[in-house]
Amino acid sequence: MPLKTLALAGAFSLLATGAYAGCAYQNETPLKSLTAGFEAWKAVTDAMIECGNFEPELDQEFRTKQPAAFAATPSLYQIGGVSNGTITPLVNEGTIRALDDLVEMHGQQLRPNQLIRIDGSVMAVAMMVNTQHLQYREDILSDLGIAVPTTWDEVLTAAETIQAAGMVDYPIGATMKAGWNIAQDFVNMYLGFGGQFVNDDNTPAVNSEAGAKALEMMDKLTAYMDPEYLTSDSTYVQQQFQQGKIAISNLWASRAAAMDDPNESQVVGKVASAAAPTAMEGGPPATTLWWDGIVIAANISDEEAEAAFRLAMEGLDTEMVTAANDEAIWLVEGYQPGRLAEGAIATATASPSPAAYPSTTQMGLMHTALGNNLPDFFTGTKSAEETLASVEAEYLTAAREAGLVQ
Amino acid sequence: MRFKTFAAFVAPSLFLMVLFIAAPLISVLWQSFYLTQQVFESVEVETCTPGFVEQNCVTEIKSRPVIGEDGKVVTETSFVGLESYRNLLQPAQTVAALAQGSLAELLKIDFWKALRFTLTFTLITLPLVIVVGLCIALAVNNAVRSIRGPVIFISLLPFIITPVIGALSIRWLFVGDGILTAAMEWYTGRDIAMFAQGWTIEILMLFYRVWHVAPFTFVIFYAGLQTVNQDTLESAIIDGASRFERLRFVVIPHLMPLIVFVALIHLMDAYRVFEEVVGFRSEAHVISLQYLTFDLLTPDDSGNRSISRASANSMLTMIGIVFLLIPLLMRTWRDHRGKAR
Repeated sequence: MPLKTLALAGAFSLLATGAYAGCAYQNETPLKSLTAGFEAWKAVTDAMIECGNFEPELDQEFRTKQPAAFAATPSLYQIGGVSNGTITPLVNEGTIRALDDLVEMHGQQLRPNQLIRIDGSVMAVAMMVNTQHLQYREDILSDLGIAVPTTWDEVLTAAETIQAAGMVDYPIGATMKAGWNIAQDFVNMYLGFGGQFVNDDNTPAVNSEAGAKALEMMDKLTAYMDPEYLTSDSTYVQQQFQQGKIAISNLWASRAAAMDDPNESQVVGKVASAAAPTAMEGGPPATTLWWDGIVIAANISDEEAEAAFRLAMEGLDTEMVTAANDEAIWLVEGYQPGRLAEGAIATATASPSPAAYPSTTQMGLMHTALGNNLPDFFTGTKSAEETLASVEAEYLTAAREAGLVQ
Repeated sequence: MRFKTFAAFVAPSLFLMVLFIAAPLISVLWQSFYLTQQVFESVEVETCTPGFVEQNCVTEIKSRPVIGEDGKVVTETSFVGLESYRNLLQPAQTVAALAQGSLAELLKIDFWKALRFTLTFTLITLPLVIVVGLCIALAVNNAVRSIRGPVIFISLLPFIITPVIGALSIRWLFVGDGILTAAMEWYTGRDIAMFAQGWTIEILMLFYRVWHVAPFTFVIFYAGLQTVNQDTLESAIIDGASRFERLRFVVIPHLMPLIVFVALIHLMDAYRVFEEVVGFRSEAHVISLQYLTFDLLTPDDSGNRSISRASANSMLTMIGIVFLLIPLLMRTWRDHRGKAR
């Protein structure tokens, strides 16, 4: 809901001018930020607005704007919001600065866990973790006497029982919209089967046994989904949950709080969460770990950078977390994990633990190739092997163009 | 007119056309033959990411672009000839598919898949848009004068709506248990999912485009109808021509230049179909040539994009439009030459 968020952010920035109540100091340097638009970012930027002279831009399409905006001299934004998936181009092009000295000066309250070190220097400060994990209708599962599934095979059995009982329209919901979403779903499942995306020489490796198994499992799951699953993104799955149309989904932790929002949800208190299911015995939960955090532009003066960092610290303080405790799985001091955070924490602390999303230049190309080609398997145009072969072909073409493969 | 006066009048628009049409075209053409690459180096990097309690650090070999002394990424641009076109058209697979005589095989290649949809979309909407527009125009022209204003206003509404918003509205009417899908389910008594298979999405896209563009053709034809020679019509009536014969032999020949004009504009517009793909989220089932360009141009999370292939695809799209327009342009040219004599 980027529009609403933007409008709200705009309204708040108007309200906040002149009243610096919640901030420990008054910011004198004009600062701007470009971040994603979900609730956690709204909470953080609202806390920053209280210090004055700050203009946040919350935009779900930030990832396409950020590299170019930060490459400008001077950079168009001083503060950027990134995730481990979107920090790569900024690090690669050297458009964000190392934060070690700033952390020393203004970051006393930060936990060591929050400091994102790349090659020894702190490049970002993380504020929250995010992951796709199991969210399910507790009432339905207990009514039918189903134990909370811990593997994807158990999810299939549970879905069969729920389908037979006819308690919801579709037992399973999934973020399988063609493009980024379906690729992410595959990445989760593929890593769960122990797959590897590229070889050491940057050639593709997805046309493998793990790839075929991942597709087979995803295909089995689609039998229990809304037939329009190839158009369904996180928001759509969230709404299906809220309207009581689905019972189980491997959904983003950042969407969990919405299940208990009485203004939107008809299933308040009925959705619980657990660790993401595993795909194979002894394997990690079939999902990836993500973090979101802030970076500071390189192409700005040191004074601006200091002011920006100080302001960001004000946004990431305990006061903000106390006020917005349930909006995210915060890494900031003072966070009290709520009921809906259980699944994400169980996922992150599982053993063996799931991998962080492997963000690299190669992975960017692979993600695009997966997103463009996987739908052909689900529409029945191509077989699993043909699909994975064309993923590899598209990846190779793009990697040759990019200069990664000779 | 003296040449100097003529030149003074034409120069500004000529200048703007060169600046905004010719120059970008040439630049796209140039880019489709060249490839700009970053120079990569392999470095061992330690990356730490937060877990919920403590960090996980991994050390791995990563390919990273080299940053030059000026702080910018080092790039190399080289002439690659038709490489980008080859990557798009995939001649080897195309020939293999044609040798098998299998259309299904051919349509597994993105470019041909996109071309198939773009052509079907353009050629099916063209007659529909003209016929529907003409029908509305005739209906309004025959309506009682007092209700003409409101009828024109209402007929024009779809054309005023921003295309993406219009496509989204139609999607919301049909997606999941949207009210129109629910109505169809109630009527047929079976479960219907409009966005689960390609052909239903295509029908919705065609319907949407005709709904959106018909008002434009209606306005043009309605204006044309006001200039039909009433004497000819009256003499046709006296000669005993039926309503249909009057339409066929008087009205349509009179409107022919307008029909050609509308067809030209619509061909150019429809061939660039894009909003429907995004609005209806049809990427899994059907894509268009413009969508393909857009997809190639959109940077992924790591900042990669294929500008050369996107340029090549734009050039191919443009060539396609020119081919489609040739018959109509030849007709216009013949008419023009005929009049000049």
